[in-house]
Order: sequence, then structure tokens, then C-alpha cells
Amino acid sequence: MIATSIAMAVIAAATPLLFAAIGELVAERAGVLNLGVEGMMLIGAVTSFAVTVTSGSWILGIIAGALAGSVMALLFAVLTLSLMANQVGTGLALTLFGIGLSSLLGRSFVGIPLPGLPRLDIPGLSDLPGIGPLLFGQDILVYLSVALAALVAWVLKRTRMGLMLRAAGESARSAHSLGLPVIGIRYGATLFGGAAAGLGGAFLALAYTPMWAENMTAGRGWIAIALVVFGSWRPWRVLAGAYLFGGVSILQMHAQGVADLPPQLFAMLPYAATIIVLTVISAGPWKARLNAPADLGKPFHPSL
Amino acid sequence: MRLEIEPRRSVSPVLFYATPLLAVVLTVASGYVLFLALGLDPSRTLYHFLVAPLLTGFGLAELCLKAGPLVLIATGLALGFRANVWNIGAEGQLIAGAICSGGVALAFWNESGWWILPLMTLAGALGGMAYAAIPAFLKTRFDVNEILSSLMLTYIATLILSILVFGPWRDPDGLNFPESRLFSESAQLPLLIEGTRLHPGILVALGAALLAWILSARTMTGFRLDVSGQAPEAARFAGFSRNHTIWMTLLAGGGLAGLAGCFEIAGPIGQLLPQISPGYGFTAIIVAFLGRLHPLGIIAAGFLVALSYNGGEIAQVQDQLPAAAVGVFQGMLLFYLLACDFLSRFHIRLRRAPASAEKRS
Repeated sequence: MIATSIAMAVIAAATPLLFAAIGELVAERAGVLNLGVEGMMLIGAVTSFAVTVTSGSWILGIIAGALAGSVMALLFAVLTLSLMANQVGTGLALTLFGIGLSSLLGRSFVGIPLPGLPRLDIPGLSDLPGIGPLLFGQDILVYLSVALAALVAWVLKRTRMGLMLRAAGESARSAHSLGLPVIGIRYGATLFGGAAAGLGGAFLALAYTPMWAENMTAGRGWIAIALVVFGSWRPWRVLAGAYLFGGVSILQMHAQGVADLPPQLFAMLPYAATIIVLTVISAGPWKARLNAPADLGKPFHPSL
Repeated sequence: MRLEIEPRRSVSPVLFYATPLLAVVLTVASGYVLFLALGLDPSRTLYHFLVAPLLTGFGLAELCLKAGPLVLIATGLALGFRANVWNIGAEGQLIAGAICSGGVALAFWNESGWWILPLMTLAGALGGMAYAAIPAFLKTRFDVNEILSSLMLTYIATLILSILVFGPWRDPDGLNFPESRLFSESAQLPLLIEGTRLHPGILVALGAALLAWILSARTMTGFRLDVSGQAPEAARFAGFSRNHTIWMTLLAGGGLAGLAGCFEIAGPIGQLLPQISPGYGFTAIIVAFLGRLHPLGIIAAGFLVALSYNGGEIAQVQDQLPAAAVGVFQGMLLFYLLACDFLSRFHIRLRRAPASAEKRS
């Protein structure tokens, strides 16, 4: 039973990372490096929380979170894709702006408790010892996150849309010569990334710790960006990475109670793990950078 | 009819320096709308935000006090940004500098001497450099993205500081609050003007910006940075070492951020606390961009952004403006700046007929 509850906790910790990382993966595969994930997640979190509290409907809350994330992404897209602004600078701006705006919007929602998302409950199946709650006792966003990863993997690999998206990311110039709407594709991918980051934020505020607190993402947006590198831009590897990092953060929470060391030491673990994992994946035989979309972060405009 | 854009042959120098002003105007206009939306009297709040901090001598001193760390950090960051080295962990390097110089202050808390402050300053700069050396090493040796590594290190630095002030460095004679001893007289910066909190840090910041100006405008090193950023291929062809650029810019950025951390704790704070900076390391990114990565521009931008901190505080008291509004302001400023940049780099043409044949390739 302990194993089950640990696994449940790992899944919960991994889900916001998975959402954000899958969204960023899609944007990056289209050639867009959006460093504003942290800001989009925060705006998604505060919007979904506020809408859920005021409307009483978590469904509306989730939808609002995703929409809010994509509105933020739209801001990024207009600046970088239409106005040709530097992607790195704009991404940082999006994060700084998102941190400020989310705490401004969330002022009156600090300290309000929410019941958390309802969990799936199939009589019989959900009560199975061990795997019952794991497979049949999660909330809707957990299932959605895995489904999203599967969908992205399938679309990227098997569909024409996926091929077009990858073409825009690998060589925008060639894709344009073939008549593909590169800017349109990049807009779509960026907005999808924003919606997914918003869903990750919504999961944090509605399910993981059902409340709103300033800066509650605590760097998860950045870890998600690192996960895309870690997963070498492949959806299933990113999913594995998200669960690995979910495991690391649960490990540190449990270790805090056991060992007689400062709790902050364990709180460092996810950040330190990110650096270590990035180092291993960037060096060594993997050479992560070789897998990066060739036109990642490079501005493109058809009329130039 | 359709809009078309064309790159300008060269970046328009007038627009290049005018667009930051346009961005400021747009930010203030949006601030007006924002204050209206928050149910405040916008003109009154804007007055408190932008004018009130400048009306008293004390206010001006406070402005210099806030501008100091921003200019110092942004000067270092700009060197890196020019060369396409994205150190965004200045906040962590600031904390590392504060920890090292704070360690010196606490080690000699019982002693006095003129040498304590210089030692703290040295420790602060070295601490920041050492902390920035981590992403530099990881980048040059293992090709680890410096954006992610320097940012992760910021979270770690905050936690290290927290361990220290909650644990071994907690004031043994205090009331169990998470804070260190107050530094001794010898470990605190002298005041430039009695009756204010202004310390010589601002002079160091201005000096650093001027040095950086000379470095970038008059030396080969500055030229290398620019080539390395704007034309990496050309830099490689000319034999400019990319690793050298990465090391140099990160160490410079880290050292200046560490210095800023030292001045914060040896100046207005006077001890180590769990939080020693209102995000100077991140705000300095905005300052660097707003100042066009040019040391003189950064000085102007530093004062302007410092105004948003101080004006924000006044408006908080006078108009109950939420503290978070300052962050929104600063974020908006950067957005507008990036958007306005478009004007200095491109022409916008309105065409009646659909574009004829390809004009350029």
C-alpha cells in the first residue's frame, strides 16, 4: 500500500511537468524556443483557480487555465513571429511579466482552500489493491496529460500535420519553399505550448496543492524546458523524464522527514538533479544538442 | 492591400535610441489603464509612482541606492548578452557574493579594522565569480545550456542562504529569528550622505559601467564580444575562442553581481537575511535590454527601473497599490521595448496589390 501511495504521489508531482514539457516540445519542434513556460504556468494556475472559485466549476477552471496559457503564448508569438523580436529576451520577459501579473491577479485568492479535483471512481476496478487507484483512481488531468503525450507522439511521427510542424522547425526556409505556412505553423505550435503550460499550472492550483500561492510553480516551468532537452525532443522520453523528476521531488519530500539534515538541502534536489541530468545528456555519447531541431530559436519571416 | 515588412539597410540610429523612450511612454500609458482597472485614481497613482520619489533629497538618495545594484549587475550581464551568452542566474550570483562577504563579516564580527570591508568586497566578487564559473565550466566543457544551469543555481543559492541563516549563522544572541548577527561597524559601508542610506556602491556601479564602456568601445576584447555575438562564424574564422568569451562574460557578470550582493548586505541591510534582494538579478535583465546593452544606456535605464521600485513603494502606502504591480510594470516595459525594436529594424510598407515577384532572397 505504501508503494501505491508513493506511486500516486510521483504521478501527481510529474503531471504539471509533463503538461508543460510536452507543450514546450511541440513549440520547439516547430522551431520556437519559448522560455516563458514558468510565466504561462503561473498565469494558467491563477486563472484556473480564480475561475474555479468564482464559478464553482472546475471544468470551467481547467478550460480557463488552458486559454490563459495560450493568451500568454499569443503575446510571445506576436512579438517573436510577427515582430521578429529575440526569442530568448521575449521568453524571459514573458516569465517576468507572468510572475508579476499572476501575483497581482491572485491577491484576493490567497488562502482560499479548494477541495481538489474529483478522482475517477469505477466500482471494483478503482478498489483493486495496488494498481487500482494508480490506473483507475486518478483525476481527469492526469489522464489528459498522458493522453496528450501520446497524441503528440502520434501526430509528430505519423501525420502530415506532424511532418509539416517538424519541417518548420528543421528548416523554415525549405518548408517555406515547399509552400508551407511556416509562420502559421509556428503560431499554432506556440499556442499549443501555452495551453499545455496553462494546464500544467491548472493542475498545480486545482489538484496538486489545491490553493493559490504567489510563485507556486517554483521553477517547474524551467525544469520542463530542461526536460525537453533531457528527452531529446521525443515525447515518450519527455514523459519518462517527467516521471523521473516527479520521483526526485517525492524522494526529497520523504527524505526530509527521515534524515536529520536541513530540509532545504533536500529541497535543492530537483534543481541539482536538473543540472546533473543536463550535464550527462549534453556531454557523453548522447550529445543532446545534435537532436535539437535545426532551426530552433532562429527567427524567420517569409518576406525577408 | 497588405502590410509588408522590409529590413532597413542599417539599424536606424535615431530609432535605436528613441524606441526605449517610446517603450517607456507606452508602459506609462498602460499603467494608467492598469491603475484604472484596479480602481485607483490613475493620475494620482502615477504621480506617486513617477514623480513623488524625485521630490526629496532622501528620495533621490534612495533612487541611487536602488539603481546601484541594477546598474552593476546589468553592466555585467550586457557584456554576456552582446556575445550571446545568456547568464540569467545573476540573482544566484548576487546571493553567492552576499554569502561569501557575509561570511567574512561574521567571522570578524568581534573585531574592527579598515581591512574588513575590502576583504568582504573581495570575497563578494570572488563568490559571485565562483558561482558563475559553474555554468561557464558546464557550458564550455559539456555544452550545457547556460540559461538553464545558471537559473537552477539561483534556486540552489537561495536555499543555501536559507540553510545558513536558519542554522549555523543564526544570531546566537537573537530571538531565534532566521537572521544573522548585525555586522560590526567595520563591516558596514560608510554613508555618502548623512541622513540617507546611500553608500559608495553607486559610485562603484557607475565606475564599472564606464570601464565596461571603454572595454567595449575601445579594446579588442570588446570587439571580440560583439563579433562573437553578431557573427559567430566570422568570430570562429578570425580565431576568436568561443570558450574564452563564455568564461570572460560569465565571470564578469558573476563578479559584478557578487559585488552587488556584498554592497546590499554591507549597506542598507547590515546582516544576512533569508531574502536579501527584491529580484535585482532578474530586473537587471530588463535594465540591460532597456539600456540597449550599452553601459551609458544601462545607467539611464538603471535609474528609471529603480524609480519603479521606489514609486511602487510610495504608491503602495498612498494608494494601496498592490506590491505585485511593480513586477507587472517591469514586465510590460520589457515587452514594449522588444516590440518597439521592430520599428528600428524594419520598414513597414502598405501595398495595394499583392506582392509581385520575390524582391529579395
